[in-house]
Amino acid sequence: MNQVCKTVKRTVGGYQGNKDMLIQILLGLQNKFGWLSSETLREVSKQLEVPITRVYQIASYYKAFSLYPKGRHIITVCMGTACQVRGAARLLDRISTMLDIRPSETSEDKRFTLETVNCLGCCALGPVVVLDGVYYTKPSKEALEKIFESAG
Amino acid sequence: MEKLLTLEIDKRQVRVREGMTVLEAAREADIEIPTLCYHEKLKPYGVCRICSVEVEKEGHVRIVASCGYPVGEGLIIRTHSPRIDRIRKGIIELMAPAVMIDGDVAGEIKKLAEEYGADVHRFESRYRVTPSRCILCGICVRYCDEVAGAHAIGFVGRGIDRRVVFFPEEARACITCGACAELCPVSKIAAETDFVVFDGFTVDDWLTRKS
Amino acid sequence: MSNNRLASPGELEKLRAAILSRRNPNRRVVTVCSGTGCQSYGAKVVFQKFAAKVRSQGLEGKVEVKATGCHGFCEKGVVVIILPEEICYLSVKPDDVSEIVSRTLGKKEIIERLLYTDPNTGKKKAKESDIPFYNNQNRIIFGNNKYIDPKNIEDYISLGGYGALSRALSEMTPEQVLEEVKRANLRGRGGGGFPTGMKWEETRNAPGEPKYVIVNCDEGDPGAYMDRSLMEGNPHSVIEGLVTGAYAIGSHDGFIYVRQEYPLACENVEIALKQAEEYGLMGGNILGLGFNFKVKVHRGAGAFVSGESSALMSAIEGKVGEPGLKYIHTAIQGVKDKPTCLCNVETWANIPFIINRGADWFNSIGTEGNKGTKIFSLVGKVNNTGLVEVPMGMTLKQIIYDIGGGIRDGKKFKGVQTGGPSGGIIPEKYLDTPVDFDQLTKLGSMMGSGGMVVMDEDTCMVDMARYFIEFCCGESCGKCIPCREGLRMLREILTDICQGRGQEGDIEEIEDIAEVMKEASLCALGQTAANPVLTTLKYFREEYEAHINEKRCPAKVCKDLINFYIDPEKCQACIICLKNCPVEAINGGKDLVHWIDQEKCTRCGTCFEVCPPRFSAVIRSSGEPVPPPPPEGTRVVRKKGG
Repeated sequence: MNQVCKTVKRTVGGYQGNKDMLIQILLGLQNKFGWLSSETLREVSKQLEVPITRVYQIASYYKAFSLYPKGRHIITVCMGTACQVRGAARLLDRISTMLDIRPSETSEDKRFTLETVNCLGCCALGPVVVLDGVYYTKPSKEALEKIFESAG
Repeated sequence: MEKLLTLEIDKRQVRVREGMTVLEAAREADIEIPTLCYHEKLKPYGVCRICSVEVEKEGHVRIVASCGYPVGEGLIIRTHSPRIDRIRKGIIELMAPAVMIDGDVAGEIKKLAEEYGADVHRFESRYRVTPSRCILCGICVRYCDEVAGAHAIGFVGRGIDRRVVFFPEEARACITCGACAELCPVSKIAAETDFVVFDGFTVDDWLTRKS
Repeated sequence: MSNNRLASPGELEKLRAAILSRRNPNRRVVTVCSGTGCQSYGAKVVFQKFAAKVRSQGLEGKVEVKATGCHGFCEKGVVVIILPEEICYLSVKPDDVSEIVSRTLGKKEIIERLLYTDPNTGKKKAKESDIPFYNNQNRIIFGNNKYIDPKNIEDYISLGGYGALSRALSEMTPEQVLEEVKRANLRGRGGGGFPTGMKWEETRNAPGEPKYVIVNCDEGDPGAYMDRSLMEGNPHSVIEGLVTGAYAIGSHDGFIYVRQEYPLACENVEIALKQAEEYGLMGGNILGLGFNFKVKVHRGAGAFVSGESSALMSAIEGKVGEPGLKYIHTAIQGVKDKPTCLCNVETWANIPFIINRGADWFNSIGTEGNKGTKIFSLVGKVNNTGLVEVPMGMTLKQIIYDIGGGIRDGKKFKGVQTGGPSGGIIPEKYLDTPVDFDQLTKLGSMMGSGGMVVMDEDTCMVDMARYFIEFCCGESCGKCIPCREGLRMLREILTDICQGRGQEGDIEEIEDIAEVMKEASLCALGQTAANPVLTTLKYFREEYEAHINEKRCPAKVCKDLINFYIDPEKCQACIICLKNCPVEAINGGKDLVHWIDQEKCTRCGTCFEVCPPRFSAVIRSSGEPVPPPPPEGTRVVRKKGG
């Protein structure tokens, strides 16, 4: 039994194989794996004995689930109103161009996933970029290059 | 013994069994109500809204989907009226850009457009995505789920990104009853799959799509 | 480990008395608001510093430090209240902790700079009850938050918690409980306003077992966070209401559905349920009175429409959370086609109060047909943003001005948005309207779940309508044609209008599409999604016409319709805007008049923001031609006394 199979078994078992808890099971697996692969979804369908159509419908319907693997580093650009006014859109564009990915996409080398968020709550520091939990305020092009380079 | 009750549909008194829907009652009385997402073998889905009718109960009028509304004693139903006709016209105009081929709609949609005086080009200029050719009525999905039991075709996504996709593993093993292609009111499935090949129409195609 | 199980109402009362007698009335309590809002201001660190300081100075015997739920005055987080004096310190930072401990706790000195300052008189208010934000409210449901550590059931018990449940189970029949709630005229607080007693009765009388009860904590209206703060701060009040209701209805199985975007609420409700069970207030043979009840928690997974009752019940069954045909009340056929009573968080939280103080007391608050209080999230361009609880019938003006402190930054009121994406924006002339289920509906809006977003002259109403349509478009389940395609088109049209591509006939198109959506959508999301557009068309039509006919945004918000330029007469060449421009679109230099390159300008408005007010040289215009830049090398004419 491979890792996916084992983890699914454990998660499904944690809910006593109750089909009603399908969404809760998927939330648990999204948390563990960081995304829901086809393999994971197939395994859930098999072990919980629910049609694959239902599993995919749910996995593709909700914002909490990602059907694509995320990169090793998540880059979050705040697009809250205050940051917007201070050039967040331009910053997002710049990062997007530098890494050749659009928001919600992951770079080919699986290093970075670019995401936006509606407000981080530190408006006085805007525009703000977060990488691996570290907040960078008003980063210049050079600063961004350094940040991305030093990320593993 | 099944309970019988009386209601009025388009000024006619109709005697029906409790538990029927207004649509079923109308059909039994040979009163026509247009539908797109309804199929007698499937649970009412109520998404095309073309079967909308006026229901008057104790002086209050409501617009409901007749395919799912249960009959009740003394209800007054109007299957056509200026209000209903406007609604049906509006629904057709809103769905038309998605199913436009070579500048026009076809089949059932064309018939309805003509009957209700819908301008199928009304929203064309502001429809800025590739037409999906699907009205998401769900007959294919629901038939495969509820009747054929193959679970080979399903919904993915949400809102304007909602799509119907095939699941190749299940589709290959399905009983190839062909019902999905036969029942599709806009002939999308027949046109795109030859009943066998699902290129461009599978869940994997959807996962790897370029937005 | 001691057994905490309470085997009878008597044991509950004994425990309550014991907790109270254990408490030293002279012991000070430092309550640190630890709701999600104050956490983003650093409440965790403030709490930890207090705890550490109290420990290091050996003050544990004299001072208790408590992390409580939301205190409501979110504008001024971190809020710290020192009991029993009720000294209210606002905007507390970690660096203030030392001083508070030494001066206020040690020497009973009040630190002026941390107090509320009346903006008109400049006077400071030390006590929470003297602050207009608080004393104009009626904080029946919400006020207890400041006394309760949500992770400790004994705090709730010490305030009388679970007394209503105890009384209901031991002294009242289910019918009597139901009758009391019916008599109280409580209406659903989630937005629908359906009479709660009637819903309970319908569920109770519906044939079929088992019967289910559900707490709807899928609060999704952008700008509304009342339920979050109740669930985070006082989960037991909701649980007690739920179990009491279950008894009245004849249900033994409940669900609590919480959005996963509320991790603290999820965490605190799980802790509360575990503790309730431990204390014999949940589970089998509650309080030894033979009533069994168990609850399952379901987390949402990120879909606004899943808060709609049929969608929520579908999700509880493990199916996708989409609405379905619902012509038979869910009270009769809900989860698995069994009788199900779904109520909002705040609705359940009202129940213990009604049982404890009686329906007559409840009916003494509010107006005809609208009894009790309502919690609102008062946000936007007000001075005092936060969560407020007022009796039904208080006017918009009273809430926004007496409690909210009026419009911030000296701007002019323009409108107040109520009811979330299903509601509308109410203009100034209706500020004297009492707020309840019925009055706001007459104006084309609705009270909704309680979100109240205040807008000023800098808000573009067309942009706001576009924002709500954009929101609903992203949240529509996409099942039915009127909603899915209607929102698609409305989004295109409104975006076009905001970006200068509005056409004659657009308003009629909007109205036609709105009519189809309202009349024919499957669920309330589609039926009400056009309300923000329709109400803004009703009250602010001139703004739409300006956008469409003149390509002008009167509020100067819509980026594609505005321009920034620098008035060469006013510019003093301070280089501030030049340095701050994110796209280097400003030319000029020291002593050289600055000018904006319109080709490069992205209309972000940074220059407008940073130009010193005494110069105010950056002009924001809309619908007017932009003056050409001054000739190259134009020097600044220095103002005398510069």
